[in-house]
Amino acid sequence: MVLTRPQTSGETLRTILSILTLFALWLLLSGIYKPLIVWLGLASSIVAVLVVRRMDAIDGHRLSIPLKPLKFITYLFWLLKEIAVSNIAVTKLILSPDMRLHQHFFRVPNTQRSELGAAIYANSITLTPGTVSVEIDRDAFWVHAADFSDADHAALADMDARVTATETGRR
Amino acid sequence: MTLLIEILSWACILGGSFFTVVSAVGILRFPDFWARLHAASVGDSGGMILLIAGMCLQSGLTLITVKLIAIGIFLFITGPTATHAVANAALVTGWRPTSGEGLEPEENAPYADADPSVHDE
Repeated sequence: MVLTRPQTSGETLRTILSILTLFALWLLLSGIYKPLIVWLGLASSIVAVLVVRRMDAIDGHRLSIPLKPLKFITYLFWLLKEIAVSNIAVTKLILSPDMRLHQHFFRVPNTQRSELGAAIYANSITLTPGTVSVEIDRDAFWVHAADFSDADHAALADMDARVTATETGRR
Repeated sequence: MTLLIEILSWACILGGSFFTVVSAVGILRFPDFWARLHAASVGDSGGMILLIAGMCLQSGLTLITVKLIAIGIFLFITGPTATHAVANAALVTGWRPTSGEGLEPEENAPYADADPSVHDE
């Protein structure tokens, strides 16, 4: 097979890892484990990776995830709790007879160093009902709240600090 | 044990259905675009998570659960991204959020100089 770029040992390792990852995904999604089918699945993941390599479609960028795994998982559980709490708050708002909305559109500074961290913070804001991140400035988000109170600034700053704490500091 | 799992899973499924219905009621009851956005996100987050959790408990330790978890992870990421895209599109095209009683709109809001006439319903 003719490769347009010289092959390094790191690339070989990445090729093998890609094949293994694709094959594992195939095993999870297929659910039929007759020998012939499994061999065909392995063959298709090998062919897929080799075709992509031959097309030279690998951009050479490494996928880096600048997060601390344990802290991130703890954060996810905390986020689930927050989602539950604000779900109940918005449900009360919807079902209350007089429906007293106190809408507000305000600026929330964010302190994440990586783009991934900022995206996680913005998505966390939107994921908790009652607040939606609408626009992104250089170092802040513009957030719309359905029922704004002064405590929201502190609550969002707390979430911001928690997301930043999951980052390793790399970009 | 089976009974406990059944009770838990039906509690999750009924809770998820409840949030989805409440979300639909909210979309109908709320007064304007920005408030409806929040009502929609109730079904998007709470409803979705509870329904998927309930279905996972129903199917037990099988490949179906793995697929359900994969669907849940995708919705966990794409749901807020879609909500953000809709909200951002509304802001860019001139829909101004209103501020509640006793609240002044904050200064230097993005696109504040855009044509506000579109906002009137």
